[in-house]
Parts: sequence; C-alpha cells; structure tokens
Amino acid sequence: MKPFTFERASSPAAAVAAAAKQPGARFIAGGTNLLDLMKLQVETPTHLIDVNGLGLDRIEPTTEGGLRIGAMVRNTDLAADARVRRDYGVLSRALLAGASGQLRNRATTAGNLLQRTRCPYFYDTDQPCNKRQPGSGCSAIGGISRPLAVIGVSEACIASHPSDMAVAMRVLDATVETMRADGQARRIPIADFHRLPGNTPHLETTLDAGELITAVTLPRPVVGTHLYHKVRDRASYAFALVSVGAIVQRDGGGRFAVGGVAPKPWRSEAAERDLRRGAAAAAQTLLAGATPTAENAFKLPLVERTLAAVLAQAKATGRPA
Amino acid sequence: MDLDTDRTDVASPPSPTDAAPRDGEPGAISRRGVLIAGAGASAAVAAGTPLESAAQTTSPAGPKPQENLVATSRVTLSVNGQPHTLVVDNRTSLLDLLREHLQLTGTKKGCDHGQCGACTIHLDGRRVNACLTLAVMHEGAQVVTIEGLGTPEKMHAMQTAFVRHDGYQCGYCTPGQICSAVAVLDEIKAGVPSHVTADLNVRPLLSIDELRERMSGNLCRCGAYSNIIDAMAEVAGVPVPGAGDRRSA
Repeated sequence: MKPFTFERASSPAAAVAAAAKQPGARFIAGGTNLLDLMKLQVETPTHLIDVNGLGLDRIEPTTEGGLRIGAMVRNTDLAADARVRRDYGVLSRALLAGASGQLRNRATTAGNLLQRTRCPYFYDTDQPCNKRQPGSGCSAIGGISRPLAVIGVSEACIASHPSDMAVAMRVLDATVETMRADGQARRIPIADFHRLPGNTPHLETTLDAGELITAVTLPRPVVGTHLYHKVRDRASYAFALVSVGAIVQRDGGGRFAVGGVAPKPWRSEAAERDLRRGAAAAAQTLLAGATPTAENAFKLPLVERTLAAVLAQAKATGRPA
Repeated sequence: MDLDTDRTDVASPPSPTDAAPRDGEPGAISRRGVLIAGAGASAAVAAGTPLESAAQTTSPAGPKPQENLVATSRVTLSVNGQPHTLVVDNRTSLLDLLREHLQLTGTKKGCDHGQCGACTIHLDGRRVNACLTLAVMHEGAQVVTIEGLGTPEKMHAMQTAFVRHDGYQCGYCTPGQICSAVAVLDEIKAGVPSHVTADLNVRPLLSIDELRERMSGNLCRCGAYSNIIDAMAEVAGVPVPGAGDRRSA
C-alpha cells in the first residue's frame, strides 16, 4: 500500500472542503472495497478523509412518504430496518444476498453504490485495463470474460457492476443526494448515477471530483411482491452471474432491473411493458443489442430463466408488500 | 530438525510479549518468536523512518517538505477491555495493529482481502474483518478478539463447544470462526434477517440453514464445517439431526 495522510472529518462541509484541498484525496467509509484495492495498488490515494463521523447514519421518513437513508448506514442496518423490510423488501433481499455478515456490518449505503468492478484484469496491475489505466487496452475482451457484462459495454471495457443493492435501488427509483465541493447540495436520480463506459471507462459515476454522497432517498413504497433472485456460482458469498430485482403486481406486470449483466443496474421501460407477456418477451426486449462474448453468452438465457423464476415466485407467494 | 535448530540458534527472547509462556514453557523460544526476530531487524529500520524525514532526504535542497505529509496518526482504542494509545502508520490495518503492535496473535491473517474471515473480531459489538479496516479509523472503539472472548482457564461456551465437537483440524481459521459464531447467535437474537430468512417480517428462526448461511464469510480449508455447525447448534440449543451419531463415531 502506498503511504497516505489521514484525517477524520466532522461534518459533510468539512469533508468536501478537505477533499477540495487535496487532489489525490478519497473519502473512506466502510473501506471494504477501497482498502482491498489500495493493498493491490489499484487505488493509490495520497490522502484519506474518514467520513464515518459525519452523523450520516440514520434512516428517516421523508415528507413525501419515503425514506431517507444516510450515506453511512451500514448494509446490515439497512437490511434489518423494520420499515425497509416491510415496505422495500426488494432492498432488504438484495442487501442480504450480497457479501458476508462481516462485510455487511462495515459496508455503507454510499460505498456500495461506489464499489468497483470485480473484473479480474481491473485487479491485476500487470495487465492492461482501460478502467484502471486509461488508454492501456482491455484484457477482458478476448480474455476471461465469464463474469463480465453483456450489454451497455464498449470496445474499451466490458466490466460489470458488482452491486446487488444498486439493482434494488434502481427498481425503487432511488435518488442519490450529494454535497459538492463548494458545499452545494444536489440530487441525482439513480438511473443517471452510473455511467456507461464508452471511451472513458475510468469515469464510473456522474459525481464531480470531491463530491460527497450524503444520503440515498426512496420514494413512497411501491405496492406489489418484492423479490430479489440472485444466481451465482456458490449458494452464498459470491457475486451475481445474473440477478433480478423486481416488484411484481397481481396481474403479472411490474418493474424489474437486472444485475451482473451490465456496467450498471440494467432496466428498461420497454422491457417492463412486455412483462405481462412473460419472461421471454421481457428479457428479449431488455437485452436487445446485447454483445456477449463466447464465455458469457450464457447470461442471456439465464436472465430469461431468472426472470421466469421471479415471476413464478411472485405468482406463488403473491403477498402484497 | 529445522525447528530444533532455530530454537538453539537464538540466544535471547526476541520480544517481551513472545508467545512462549502460553506454551507452558517459560523462557522457551517459540517458532513464532524466531520468525519475529528475523523480521525485527528490517521492521525496526522501517519503523524508525517516518515519512517526514523521508521527504526531507528525497528533496534536501528543494522547497520545504510538504507540511501535511505525515503518514502516521495517533489512535486510542480499547482491546479486550484494556485501553491502548498508539501512533501507527496510517496504512496499518486493525488486524496488523492487533497482531504486530499488541502481539495479540490469536486473530489470524488469511487472505488479507476480506475473503476468508480468519481475521474476524468484534468491533463495537459487531463482527468485522479486521484486515479490511484501518486502525486509525477506530478512535474510541471497543475491540474484542479471541483472547478477550475466553481464556484457556475460562473458555467461552462457543470455544468449549468447538473443542467438544472437533470444530477444526489445523485450527488456523478457528479464532475467526468462533468470533463469527458468537456474533451470529447475537444477530439472530437481535432479529437481523439473512438471505435464507423466509419471511422478512417475522423474527429469523434459529435453524441449521440460518447458521450455515450466516457463517459463509468464514472459510475452512480443512472442511470442518459440519462440526462447526454442530458446535454452534449446541450453544444455540438447536437440535441437529445426526449430530449425536457424528460425535460418537
């Protein structure tokens, strides 16, 4: 790990001010992904700003009837919150499908959205990777690509987004609240939060330099059966090959987003319009234009089957949220 | 042979906190002590070179060194009920603080990347991977390690159960397994749901499936999983089908 200086910030304003002073600074919350990458020198911040003491660790009702989740709320606490379990089951389920108990106790809401891809070439500093070192090339194209993305990719990068929580946040139309370097607040819809790689795969979100996530807000609960189905190589503690987060209505319609297949949670209104026609139609619409590799082409039928399993489960359990 | 040679080659105990007394041989040099002594020489040099002086030597005639380039921080935290104040390199993981600075070597370093769970400890009452958090992030924290959970004379119920059910072979992952197991039962008691909890709106049940899912962050290459679950089930009071057969076998 490269040496770095360290400070503990006491307020969001102090944190963004500190970041503005130091171009190589990073915020650290749970640290479960950042420290992992720093040990491998994939991330080499020169200054760390500890944001655990900012008081952003509460879950509060909003005046619109939703929930405001502080950026530092731990994954365990968010998943276990009685309101989230009752009204936003897809979010609880997605969180509990991710990582291990130990990691969920540290990992935060904001950090989860910001976690980096697990593409093996991103982690291997001996290999070219446009995301880690812009312009160096993509080793995954033509290399090991089984876990990687099949849609939303570019000639420069086929990395997939690893988060389960983000898939549920996308289904729920969450909003990311931030504070910019100048202290101004802004709100970013989750759909616009993650970028597609294009020619700049190193730019993963629409956050500005030094911009701090302060909260993630959920709108009023969406009635329906909340489900999160994750398919992976082990029964527990593995990243998704394919995951589906969904809120399904009694008539078979609803909303859904898919994880493990794209550089961001993948959702489309057109596919949701096709949901009543069944999993095959909806999956086909969602994945139109997909460009899988030989190694990960299995994900296309797997999305359809996982979605079919979710629709079947919704029909069987059918309990409104 | 090598081990014996190491023992006779070392003239004096390398560290006042060497693990030898715990082996029941006061004054004897343990293999671990020898390894620490070997690493000590280079570690001492590194520790004596804070980054401030390094910056000065690399740019002796240039502009004044960056005032903020201090790569160490002071941290005060409680470990197993004992307060400690240390100045550590900012890069020091909580795991390395425990093992290298406080010589609490019960907590193990397996992968050092949060994948194996060997470094599981209790931080402010919750299980975490000590390898994936920085020591300097834990000002005022309460840490409990395997050494604080129980002692050879007064073992924690989970430690006793692991011994009774043979919940290990090589033992390397065991401190992490035990710390995790204790926390798992607390989490179920507190109503924290898991991936296998059938209904999110009722309290999770104490079941073998729940224990297995919640322990998935602790790997055991010897494959002692079924015995670990038996030990946990005994402490939790969950009946385990077939557990009696395995024990008597």
